[in-house]
Amino acid sequence: MATTAAAPAIPATDSYVGTSGVWSWLTTVDHKRIGTLYLFTSLFFFLLGGLEAGMIRWQLAVPNNHVLSAEAYNQMFTMHGTTMVFLAIMPLSAAFFNYLIPLQIGARDVAFPRLNAFSYWVFLFGGIFMNASWFVGAAPNGGWFGYAPLTTLQFSPGLNIDFWVLGLQILGVSSLAAAFNFITTIINMRAPGMNLMRMPMFTWNAFVVQFLLILAFPVITIALVFLQFDRFFGTNFYTIAAGADPLLWQHLFWIFGHPEVYILVLPAFGLTSEIIPTFSRKPIFGYPVMAYATMLIAFLGFGVWAHHMFAVGMGPIADTVFGVTTMLIAIPTGVKIFNWVFTMWGGSLQFTTAMKFAIALVALFTIGGISGVMHASPPADLQQTDTYFIVAHFHYVLFGGSMMGIFGGIYYYYPKMTGRMLSEKLGNWHFWLMFIGMNLTFFPMHFSGLYGMPRRIYTYDAGQGWERFNLTSSIGTAVLFIGLLIFVYNFLIAGRRGAIAGNDPWGAGTLEWSIPSPPPEYNFARIPRVTSRLPLWDVKTPTLNAEVPHTDRGDRRLDVDVGTKHTGHSHPNPANSYPQQATESGMHIEEATGKSAKDLGIPMPNQTIKPLICAAGLTIMFTGLLFIHEDKHSLAIATILTGALIMTMSLYAWVLTPLEDHH
Amino acid sequence: MTHAAAAHSAHDDTHGHPPTSTGLDNKKIAIWAFIGSECMLFASLISTYLIYKGRSVVGPYPHEACLPPGCSTPLKAILNIPVTSASTFVLLMSSLAMVLALAAVETKDQPKTTTGEKILGSSKLWLWMTAILGTTFLGFQAFEFTSFVHEGLTIRTNLFGSSFFTLTGFHGAHVTAGVLWLLTLLAIDYRRGLGPKDAINVDLAALYWHFVDVVWIAIFTLVYLIK
Amino acid sequence: MAHDPSHEHHANVDHAAMGIEKEHPTWSTYWKVATILTLITVVEVWIYYIPSIVASRAFVPSLLIMSAVKFFTVVAFYMHLRYDHKLFRVLFTAPLIIAMTTIVALLFLFGKLSARTGALG
Repeated sequence: MATTAAAPAIPATDSYVGTSGVWSWLTTVDHKRIGTLYLFTSLFFFLLGGLEAGMIRWQLAVPNNHVLSAEAYNQMFTMHGTTMVFLAIMPLSAAFFNYLIPLQIGARDVAFPRLNAFSYWVFLFGGIFMNASWFVGAAPNGGWFGYAPLTTLQFSPGLNIDFWVLGLQILGVSSLAAAFNFITTIINMRAPGMNLMRMPMFTWNAFVVQFLLILAFPVITIALVFLQFDRFFGTNFYTIAAGADPLLWQHLFWIFGHPEVYILVLPAFGLTSEIIPTFSRKPIFGYPVMAYATMLIAFLGFGVWAHHMFAVGMGPIADTVFGVTTMLIAIPTGVKIFNWVFTMWGGSLQFTTAMKFAIALVALFTIGGISGVMHASPPADLQQTDTYFIVAHFHYVLFGGSMMGIFGGIYYYYPKMTGRMLSEKLGNWHFWLMFIGMNLTFFPMHFSGLYGMPRRIYTYDAGQGWERFNLTSSIGTAVLFIGLLIFVYNFLIAGRRGAIAGNDPWGAGTLEWSIPSPPPEYNFARIPRVTSRLPLWDVKTPTLNAEVPHTDRGDRRLDVDVGTKHTGHSHPNPANSYPQQATESGMHIEEATGKSAKDLGIPMPNQTIKPLICAAGLTIMFTGLLFIHEDKHSLAIATILTGALIMTMSLYAWVLTPLEDHH
Repeated sequence: MTHAAAAHSAHDDTHGHPPTSTGLDNKKIAIWAFIGSECMLFASLISTYLIYKGRSVVGPYPHEACLPPGCSTPLKAILNIPVTSASTFVLLMSSLAMVLALAAVETKDQPKTTTGEKILGSSKLWLWMTAILGTTFLGFQAFEFTSFVHEGLTIRTNLFGSSFFTLTGFHGAHVTAGVLWLLTLLAIDYRRGLGPKDAINVDLAALYWHFVDVVWIAIFTLVYLIK
Repeated sequence: MAHDPSHEHHANVDHAAMGIEKEHPTWSTYWKVATILTLITVVEVWIYYIPSIVASRAFVPSLLIMSAVKFFTVVAFYMHLRYDHKLFRVLFTAPLIIAMTTIVALLFLFGKLSARTGALG
């Protein structure tokens, strides 16, 4: 992985001067490198999750098939869901957060570079931990939702659920650490003039997602802590005989689980909101409404969780409330769909691969959204719940929405990351195979679901009217795989053979395209002064930008002494108090100079191995718990203490070392 | 002075970094986001405790005695309000000590003449005071936990035991982390002295400490006082 | 304003204390707050021991109100949110509202469920 990505695409840019080799990747704190690591790791997990899906579809292709045993099938669908949600789509989004947020807001790195490295390593170790379960023959088998009491020790005595519980705890640490980091970065690291209402749409979506993360993850952390305590220390949180409520887990899980849906899809919406304006040659339609719609989706997302539980019988009032709030979410979501359509309306459309994926997202997500509104109605949901109709729905949302957006993002940003273009010809094949394969796989599931085929059954009898739909779905999966293989080939060879991209291959309008591709380690030799929502169009193609407001009201507002109102003290905002900086660096385009940060006198954070060690300590600590169920108590305690010690010591060493050398 | 030179000198003063866009410190934004996140963590714990309140099928119970046949032997209501009131008071006072520690660090450079000013201006004294009061709170909690175990309530006994020990245990773990943080600050204070430039780091610890305190304010009412 | 170098210097001195609010409550404010917190706690514990109040409908609401007053006093004065940048207020209040709403919603959902089970049983 490291060597592939380390090979600089254009030696002339010298993007990572004197920092190649495996060690430089283990110790990196550069947000671009960490983003690259996220991208490669999560694509690997995406392929793994895809293989698991392939096994599922192979098993279900014909009635009474026995490719997989019932137990293996349970493990397969559990790991498919868990992998795709936590190890593929979330970290794929994280790859873009890492790579793009600092570039889009005009910063040289994230607010806490070492914490960023820590997040990545925790994610990697958590992913390895989760998948290590395959090697001991005990992969999680309780579904990605892990409903307790099914997952308590009484009903799931093996190590399977232990791996799942502890793996998710580890991954949660990664997501939370990253979220605090990005919130701070977006609030505090913006270039002069980059006020909130000038931020690129992707950064807006990313910003909102971070709040969803910090508010949703603690809830599943606690639900998992209860399960962990039940399993390891004999508590009663999910013991029905002790009076526990079987719905406690479901409520806690879905309080997390529904915001999680937006955590998965909003980053893809953000990428689409970057791609569509660029290839329509028009600014995005209704920018402020887009931003507010994102916030509204996130806020309402915390008030709809129980629509996942209509079947448990919460009573008419709760059903009505949650049904109505769920339908309400369709409004801001619909606003987004219409804004994308209106952005394209009257634009000079360029059908690049990225644009095709973005348009596919708009179309396919709409299908998933509409079926979502269908089961927002409790009576309809009672017919559809736990059938393949639901599977069809959320795959249209997550594959048709998230993955299409992410693939679009990869085609769009690959040139920025590597300096070379992905092949449009192969991309075209990839897109059409994936588009056809995806619809062939998931559209028939609407029908098999309405014909009553339940989810999570490992095989079925002939003669129930399900055969044709299942076979079609399985053929569709094969088509998806061919498309995916073309993508992998394209992705791997383009780094060496792709056409040279230059700063701005697409004629885009946001900051990241004003600097060389791949960007130098310091991103911006001079921090730009942002002039509008599409500052690069101001410089290169001002006519496209005519409709974007160019008032300096935002600038002036930022210039007002921060905090004056509350403290009665003058506290000029330093970022905006140097007009000379504006004239000096202004909004400009930076060509590749091959100069390092040292040459330019830009201080950059030192590389360090400590975040990796700290992440390893954390993982060891959680691994120790596994030995409890093997009845090796002293080994368990020794491992936990060792892990805790490693973690604490490296944490102290890390916190007490300054980020960079003092000059 | 030319514009370029002015910009250059500005760079020197900020170690070459562009100033932050809000003028606020990165770490302080992060800690407030963290505290926001912790609200949800404790909300989950507290709601679980409240949901399971009164649903235990065996005693001991928090506020009412458990008599046969519900319990094989009669068990009295287990919560010890006087002791917990004392520990609550201790934690509240630790918050006072913490604000005084922060104020002492912030005003380190100001000359102090009277004994009172010297006492109020001693960051070491107030950091020690906070840490000791925090440890005292933990001591009360350890006493409470052991006496509960002696009276037959463990984390495994019933739903009350599970949710009570987990909720208060999580809080106790937060206090423990806070005490370690304070001791670390003290170590730095002894090594090189904490001054106004460190105020932001003490402020972070203080915000965390007070948050743990307000969580206890909620727990004290919801768990201990409301029957 | 930044043309004036001395002003610029001032801005950078501020940088050292960035994020620390400029106008502090005084020591006496801290002591007063501590006294108020102690007094409320005393009242809370005191009414816990008066059976007539415990039996009355006012017991739980009054405890909740007193606890909320303590909560927000600490947040406003000791966590100096009252004096600080409004951004911090947003970062704390928004999650707090979502957290409290979630607690209330959950209690409603579970209370209702147990009531129905009771009716059926």
